[in-house]
Amino acid sequence: MDRSSLSSRSVQWAFLALAAGAWYLATATGSVSRLFLPPPREVFTALVALVQTNAFWSAVLVTASTVAKAYVLALIIGILAGYLVSRSKLAVATIEPVISGLFTIPITLFFPMFILFFGVGTGSKVAYGATYAFFPIALNTIAAFANMEQRYLLAAQSMGGNRWQIFRYVLMPGALPVLFTGLRIGFFICLASVLGGETISSVAGVGRNIALTAELMEPGRMFAWISFVVCMSVVLNLLAFSFENRIRAR
Amino acid sequence: MASLSSATSTPAASSTPIWSRLARSPFWLRIALIAAILLLLEYYGRFHADPAFMRPPSAVVEAFFTSVISEPKIVSALWLCITEISIAYGMSVVFGVAIGLIVGATKFSRAALFPIILLLFAIPQVSFMPLVILIFGLGPAAKIAFGFSHGIFPIIVNVVAGMRDVKELHLRGARSMGASKADIIRHVILPNMVPSLFTGLRLGMTLTLLGVILAELYVSTGGVGYYTRVFAENYNPAPLFALITSLAVIAIFFNEIVRIAENTLTPGKRRAPRIQSKSVQK
Repeated sequence: MDRSSLSSRSVQWAFLALAAGAWYLATATGSVSRLFLPPPREVFTALVALVQTNAFWSAVLVTASTVAKAYVLALIIGILAGYLVSRSKLAVATIEPVISGLFTIPITLFFPMFILFFGVGTGSKVAYGATYAFFPIALNTIAAFANMEQRYLLAAQSMGGNRWQIFRYVLMPGALPVLFTGLRIGFFICLASVLGGETISSVAGVGRNIALTAELMEPGRMFAWISFVVCMSVVLNLLAFSFENRIRAR
Repeated sequence: MASLSSATSTPAASSTPIWSRLARSPFWLRIALIAAILLLLEYYGRFHADPAFMRPPSAVVEAFFTSVISEPKIVSALWLCITEISIAYGMSVVFGVAIGLIVGATKFSRAALFPIILLLFAIPQVSFMPLVILIFGLGPAAKIAFGFSHGIFPIIVNVVAGMRDVKELHLRGARSMGASKADIIRHVILPNMVPSLFTGLRLGMTLTLLGVILAELYVSTGGVGYYTRVFAENYNPAPLFALITSLAVIAIFFNEIVRIAENTLTPGKRRAPRIQSKSVQK
């Protein structure tokens, strides 16, 4: 590690220490209401108590399985639809603007319709998460396969590559980085929208518990849930980035 | 539409029959696709769907006039929503650009602070939504705060990225011709930042809309969220769809303002396309 990256690391640690110190001071001096920001110690003990309960793990399981179902759905439909559209220039020019135009509207608007169609159970969250994740996955699949350099395809054809070989050795390796970006964005949008759906209207899951502890005015437990979500998402982000870098490096 | 005019004005195309020309124009195909979907929904909604869950588009249009626009309370809730989006977006732009300029100013501040911004951007903010409501109450302040906290991040990120991606050649060229630090910022770094800035402004608008709508739906004791809940719980889909469609039109309107501003303010010939397939969200 050279000197400049060492000093920027120290700024980052200083920022973290500053945030933690501000949190501690604000709660210790009582300048912030305990309801809005409980002391760090209270959050920590609440988190420790929380992970030992069965209710915690069943809520995590509900959310995880909802995200998994929604993501797999979005993955299959998004990649399939994106690939089919990408096979024709006319289809790309016709359909891609519709998908990307819809994606600039918050899909959250349609959440009440999902509740109406699928009820307040996990079904509505699966459908909502899958719908939201479909867009980045389909758009990136289209971008990945439609913007392929024609030269490579022509070269592969002229050297006698059959359809499968062209797909396997030219299309796939070329498309993979862009495709994977879509899969990563899709996953985190899926996660956020399932959490959001649970928070707005549901009967179980992590999002529901955050909303519930807020309604019951239990800041310690609410912050315990929030810190769990924050830690999980940071870990998942780091995993996704290192995985993506490995794919790019190949 | 550029695609339309190019399809009709080419001399080669004028000899072919109009049908085959239309079938090759993406614009008209898109219109046909949307019309076909609407017709299908109309047919299904009219003859097959359970009226407690789905109504045909014609009934939704009717409900827009009979139970959305004619209800002063719903209209004022929609206006409040527009106000919240405007304020939240205005704050996102001002603070996002300011923070972006500070973070992007030097190599060191970028290396030290940009990872923190990216990390904060990666956290699903919905997990803080009940807390935001707890702090700011059930009124418009919470929705503005939540829209602001969503909208500011893509703007910061894209301002920093725009300042970072200045070509070393341009910097060296300006320096060798005796440009001062202020000259370089004014004439090299800022113009270079413009396209990226507008990408940020566009994503910022999308996320501001998301934040405001999320908070509106979560707080179901007043505002738009209350009415969506009432309509959904009474199995009254026509006004529900009409209300949602009105909000979607508001969202499209806000997005269009940003796009038009981008087209008129971006120097040079490069026009922002209607679609940005590669600058997908986040």
